[in-house]
Amino acid sequence: MVPDPVLLQLTTELFPNGISRYAIGGLLVGLGTVVIYLGTGIPAGASTFLESTLSYVSGQSRFQRYVSSRDWRLVFTFGIIMGALAFSATVQSGMITTSLYQPGTTGQLYEVGGLTLWSTDVQPWRLLLGGIFVGIGTRIGKGCTSGHGVCGVGSASKTSITGVITFMIVAILTAQIVAALGVSP
Amino acid sequence: MSDRHPLFMPLILVGGLIFGFGLGFSHMARPEVVLNFLQFDDFGLVFVMFGAAIVTGVTFFLAPRLLGRAPLTGDQFERRLKPFDRNVLIGGSIFGVGWGLSGICPGAAYASLGIGNVTILWALAGMFLGAYLQGRWRSQSVSADSVTAGAD
Repeated sequence: MVPDPVLLQLTTELFPNGISRYAIGGLLVGLGTVVIYLGTGIPAGASTFLESTLSYVSGQSRFQRYVSSRDWRLVFTFGIIMGALAFSATVQSGMITTSLYQPGTTGQLYEVGGLTLWSTDVQPWRLLLGGIFVGIGTRIGKGCTSGHGVCGVGSASKTSITGVITFMIVAILTAQIVAALGVSP
Repeated sequence: MSDRHPLFMPLILVGGLIFGFGLGFSHMARPEVVLNFLQFDDFGLVFVMFGAAIVTGVTFFLAPRLLGRAPLTGDQFERRLKPFDRNVLIGGSIFGVGWGLSGICPGAAYASLGIGNVTILWALAGMFLGAYLQGRWRSQSVSADSVTAGAD
């Protein structure tokens, strides 16, 4: 079959970095969730860690309800950090090269002891202020991009699908407004 | 907690490792790439979310039907179903403002540290601060009228 040139051009415009790194990365995110689920029955989300970890330092009842899960949530988060570090040491550092991975041009690469690391150009005030909203919103809204977006959507939960549509629309509007105001990156 | 299966923590760690590697590989640990999606410059994020949700979707559908109980906890396999109320819309909107402003969400922020992005500590500090503020406020409102929202 000869690829349609119009379709090809559209694909390049919509996906300038291809789709393989996204699709493969997404499948791995799903796989990590599934490994934990099949062993323990827990559909793990990433954001409860914020409150469960606060239970170590605060006696507030909202945090104390997560005492029983706070130790494994620390291990889960530690695993996420180390898994991303393993990605840096292999794919990002060029030890493993594959046509399925597009390195892209965002941010700044830097070297530490043969390890290729990466740093963002997004301004700290955006990260801090955005982080505060994320921290409040994910806990009031009962989940984040992994809890609602991966586990909830995977469960065909109407609550989660509604949650995802809500934060997706608001996030798109916010990012477009911020960009239109000339804030970059 | 003390009578957990000896493989419980190792399995959580392995799951986290795969999860974090995937966030790095997909570039979701880079706020710029998420912002490029929200600004309609690169729609790749759709493949990350649906790629992951398809894997969990098939598993969450089949496991309760084909498997008995989870081997390490003895718990039933269930789907992730949470009750709907207006908090889902309010919280989702607040989350959306933060995600659209920063380009980062909790899981991706942890992974961002792993790829060397020390600057992301600003976002992590913000997330803890935000989670603390809502927790403090809601702990007090719950003890004030003793009506729990049942949010999780």
